[in-house]
Amino acid sequence: MHTTYGKGLRGLSIAAIVTIGAALALAFFYAPLDANQGFIQKIFYIHVPLAIVTLCGFIFGALMAVQYLRTGDRRWDMRSYVAIHMALIFGIVGLITGSIWAKASWGHWWVWNEPTLVSYLIVLLLFCTYQPLRFSIEDPERQSRYASVFAIVAGAFVPLNFIAVRLAQQYVHPRVLTLTGGNLPGSMLLTFLVSLLGISLLYATLWKYEMAAKNARSQVRRLRRTLLGEDTMRPVGRSAAPS
Amino acid sequence: MRTALVVLRKDLRMEMRTWETVPAMVLLALVTFVIFHFGLNRDTIAGQEAAGVLTATLLFAAMLGVNRLFVAEREQGGFDAFLLAPVDRSAMLVAKAAGLFIFLTALEVIAIPAFKLFLLGPSLGPVLPGLILILVLANVGLAVIGTLVSAIAVHTRARDLIGPVIGLPLLIPALIATARAAGPLFNAGHVSGAPPGKWLAILALYDLVFALLAYAVFDFLLED
Repeated sequence: MHTTYGKGLRGLSIAAIVTIGAALALAFFYAPLDANQGFIQKIFYIHVPLAIVTLCGFIFGALMAVQYLRTGDRRWDMRSYVAIHMALIFGIVGLITGSIWAKASWGHWWVWNEPTLVSYLIVLLLFCTYQPLRFSIEDPERQSRYASVFAIVAGAFVPLNFIAVRLAQQYVHPRVLTLTGGNLPGSMLLTFLVSLLGISLLYATLWKYEMAAKNARSQVRRLRRTLLGEDTMRPVGRSAAPS
Repeated sequence: MRTALVVLRKDLRMEMRTWETVPAMVLLALVTFVIFHFGLNRDTIAGQEAAGVLTATLLFAAMLGVNRLFVAEREQGGFDAFLLAPVDRSAMLVAKAAGLFIFLTALEVIAIPAFKLFLLGPSLGPVLPGLILILVLANVGLAVIGTLVSAIAVHTRARDLIGPVIGLPLLIPALIATARAAGPLFNAGHVSGAPPGKWLAILALYDLVFALLAYAVFDFLLED
């Protein structure tokens, strides 16, 4: 129980900062201007990695939830919670940057004929119910169990939803940049990959930070209970976070 | 399987004696049609619009059934009795999903003719087999996801809120497929009566994946 999650945190933080700094430098000084969209296209280097990391974060949370149901160890539930919590924050930032990009390049804050955008919104709407669900279950053990079931179902929902929404579009908006299409020039691809790495490292760092903080708090509580006795403890309020 | 049948028979008998759920679902569907009539300000609708109206109406009515699904078990100790009995837990999922499927079918038996009567322009006769196929697949999806969501929601404090709030986003792909599959059937010129295979395939795939998933995780929702 004495894992602190603090180990390697400094190295990870530095790596994240350096990589994101490098990605920004590459985006502004190295990657060429897009012929059609001009300068605003540079938001692509933030927005797309954010979106990818968000979806991976949700899947990551689902895998942790599987581990929780298999082992019954509450630490897995904590990991799953923090993964989904962080992914939600990244997801909302991703949605906002996507909206800005859409406004700048298509003239609307929101477009329905971009399947990736729509599926992303649906996934985000689903995961927004994760916290209310946790909050409305009082028994901590049941909260962990139900939240894990939800995380697994919602994690499996992510790819299925993308398939369904993509097929539902009458036509796919002509895209300047596709990852699969070979029309991404090498310099842009390099910049994109560096920012993807940077955002992933940022996610990992923040995940580790929150884990360390939650862990430290629960250890402080435990120590205080042992040293000062049970009756000095203030009761913990109902919380969506596992304790 | 026998346990599931016993639970299902109990649920159906309860419904036959109290008539709590299905009439409410039917009534909600009828009222929704009236609301759509005024909301759209149309006497008849057709095509994709009609499919959207029908899908949304069935979804709302289904949500009523989903909310009621486990209420009796929770209030009258059915869960405890079920957990005490030496039976397979998944039987509860099978029984409840089958029950919800039957409720939805009963709803549609009344709601589809009413839909034709109130709103739908083109005739329903030639496309009926295709529509039934779509509705069966949609009902399976609604029943499976509805049961799963209801089982999650019933033990929470805000259970009336949590159920629909989780259920609606989860159902979106199935609803997209239902509406898109039914759309061409409601076109005036449509004669072949066959729904688009792509959407049927997606609906079937969605049903299958979530049925397996629900089967895998359902035990954890009953454990106590």
